[in-house]
Amino acid sequence: MNIPIETSVNQATGASNDVGGDSSQSFLNRLVRPDSGQSVLITIASSLLAIVIALLIAGAILLITGKNPIDAYSKMLHAGTTSVKLVESMQRATPLILAAVAVAIGFKMNLFNIGVEGQYLIGVFFAAVVGAKVSFPPVLHVTFVLLVAMVAGAAWSGIAAYLKVKKGVNEVIATIMLNAIALSVIDWLFTSYFRYESSSLDVKTKPLPSSAWMPVLFTITRKTGKTTQNATLTSFFLVALLVVLLFWLVVYKSTFGFRLRASGYNAVAARTAGISSGRMIVVAMLMSGAIAGLVGMPYLLGESHAYGPSRPDGYGFNGIAVALLGRNHPAGIIAAAFLWGFLDSVSAPLQIAHLPQSIVLVLKAIILITVVVVNEVVGRRVAKRTADRTAAALALPTAAVAV
Amino acid sequence: MSATINPSEAPTLAPIAEPGWKTFLIKPSAKRSMFIAGTLFVLLCLTRVITDGTDLTSSATMGTTLRVTIPILLAGLAGLWAERVGIVNIAIEGMMIFGTWFGGWAAWKYGPWQGLALAVVAGAVGGLIHAFVVVRFNVNHVLSGVALNLFAFGAMRYLSELVYAKDQPGGKAGGGISKSPQQKYPIPVFNVPFLAGGEIGGWKSPDMLGWLEKHHWFIVSDAAGLARGLVYQVSWASAIALMLVPLTAWVLWRTRFGLRVRSSGEDPAAAETLGVRVTPLRYAAMAISGAFAGFSGGFLAIVSANYYQQGQTASRGYIGLATTIFGNWRPLGVLGGATLFGFAEALNLVGPASLPNLFLFGTFACLLVVVLQMVQHKIVPAINGIIAGAILLVGYITIDKVPEPLTKATPYVVTLIVLATASQRLRPPAHAGMPYRSGENH
Repeated sequence: MNIPIETSVNQATGASNDVGGDSSQSFLNRLVRPDSGQSVLITIASSLLAIVIALLIAGAILLITGKNPIDAYSKMLHAGTTSVKLVESMQRATPLILAAVAVAIGFKMNLFNIGVEGQYLIGVFFAAVVGAKVSFPPVLHVTFVLLVAMVAGAAWSGIAAYLKVKKGVNEVIATIMLNAIALSVIDWLFTSYFRYESSSLDVKTKPLPSSAWMPVLFTITRKTGKTTQNATLTSFFLVALLVVLLFWLVVYKSTFGFRLRASGYNAVAARTAGISSGRMIVVAMLMSGAIAGLVGMPYLLGESHAYGPSRPDGYGFNGIAVALLGRNHPAGIIAAAFLWGFLDSVSAPLQIAHLPQSIVLVLKAIILITVVVVNEVVGRRVAKRTADRTAAALALPTAAVAV
Repeated sequence: MSATINPSEAPTLAPIAEPGWKTFLIKPSAKRSMFIAGTLFVLLCLTRVITDGTDLTSSATMGTTLRVTIPILLAGLAGLWAERVGIVNIAIEGMMIFGTWFGGWAAWKYGPWQGLALAVVAGAVGGLIHAFVVVRFNVNHVLSGVALNLFAFGAMRYLSELVYAKDQPGGKAGGGISKSPQQKYPIPVFNVPFLAGGEIGGWKSPDMLGWLEKHHWFIVSDAAGLARGLVYQVSWASAIALMLVPLTAWVLWRTRFGLRVRSSGEDPAAAETLGVRVTPLRYAAMAISGAFAGFSGGFLAIVSANYYQQGQTASRGYIGLATTIFGNWRPLGVLGGATLFGFAEALNLVGPASLPNLFLFGTFACLLVVVLQMVQHKIVPAINGIIAGAILLVGYITIDKVPEPLTKATPYVVTLIVLATASQRLRPPAHAGMPYRSGENH
């Protein structure tokens, strides 16, 4: 029943080129809108159900390929719940939280920002290059580097916003192309201009001075027999939590956030209230890109202190997964990012136990599929139940009420 | 009302949907497109003569173009089939990954043709998974696609870990966790008799195009070079893939099944009221879409290389989707778009030194645009054309060598420019990507 509205949006904005992403987004709406009439309990229960189904499917895959799923899962649980691995999960969750927030801002405005991947790489690279050129006092330097990363990320996503608003290019295709272009541009700038030969083996950009390093919150060490495990949590974890808090305040609690969500939910209706959808697209895309710019900062400011070929990889698509799993809600995103961090952290112990570690990748993908499917099914059930109850209350036959 | 309508009557609508008998390959403005293509070819020859860079139109470049075009072309056709039935297929990349793995595996284990066949089957299964999630559960098409891409990557790495790891049989034969052992036999290649010196029953026929090409005559040799690339050392797999372009056009625009597929992509509710069963149709078209993507992946693992490697698809699935779009959802348009990408990539492989010459070619192309716009008294586009042409000319004069990483970006930048300039004129299937549940929308 949303279709006529969405079609008219397309015609009104002249954006008739796309792969159908625009038109399909009335559907995204149903997935991401905050007031879908579901209780929090149902949402949590359906997410857990999806995870259980995913575990069963992945278990079946393990079984078919001659591996013991019980072994694998108990190993994951056993290895993953040690204090060291829990801290490692938090550390791994940090960039995922940021990436998921970047994606979620887009979803709120009905935008599918697949370009987080390219935006954070651009952010990391420019932050590393510009940050190493200047000298500031400690706190100021970190702030400056973060700002550079945000501006770079926003500028890169701004290209997609411009193409969408002015030229009617669907943002999914534009951001996919921009991801590939970002890699090429960075490779070119890095190999041609910004290589800093500290030693022949370790090719990186010029390292950031220590005034631009983020302090380590704590390091935890655990001895089991001969091996010592340790894990550190950098203070960027707190920054990520702060970003989530700001996301919640701005998108859910401010007038601006209301306008954003209104425009994303129904652009035509919002325009009658004086909200320009084009402007909102640009603002949402720039915000999304700015947050995406931060995704690589735990790596740059916490670990490597320079850009190099060992750059972070894959946070964009995993961020989409985390945002969907967390249903674009701040609390959900944190929980989902932690789950993803947990799964990443048990990959190595699986390998040590001679179990196929790639099952973690398979499991993550299956969780993502089952979560969107279960969300859909449960959403329909809830909508149907609401309709049935309304119908009963009005003493009308169910068939007369369109779902 | 719908009960009285016989489904077999549906094809009578064909003349309304597509007037004219030649329109099914390309859109009605084909003459204009042919004229522009011809002019661009002459400009390319002119650039070749001025710059003395023979790589621009050599048969080697064209042969390589063909080889690198085929996977993109097949991915584009996969996108075409999916979008024509109303489903956005961003999972082409994932289905291609299925194709590379299973194709590479079966080609190593049994033989190249078996490999190609299994790649097609694996891709089709991927297409059916996507169809199941989007049709049965009505999940957003892009979300399902992203998830399927992640799944394909993870699942194929998992299989590699089981089959090709060091302690497994595949590993002992020279494979690794991200790479299969090398295959023993390739898909055979052929030369066309008379045109490129192919053999007929042991007698070697003359290589006419090769003789013409050697003389470097303006236009004649260029045309011969381009044509020879298409008939010399051609893999049978390439020939089959090229045949799929007219076949797709014929099936989609000249058969009852094709009409129903397109009606499902334009207005599934209306199609259903006419007795078309949209749900099975969507499964069928997605299986075909997946099969094309699987073929594309198999081609990469068996013809382009002789082993499977993780990451072999290298985003070609996304480029394929882009060619679907700027081919305006038409088979010949897809072929044109794929060739453009293939040419850029091939030039990069064969003669990176001739890449700067493309700047001069671009300058000529801009001049052509300026002239065309001036004739129509459109001043602003003409001025834009002059500025772009000037920038390209400066680029040609100042740049001796395009940095290698940037050349990789060429196809993506071209896609964005084409989409930015042409997207208002493209017409996608009206219902592609929209949610649809059978029986609820009417």
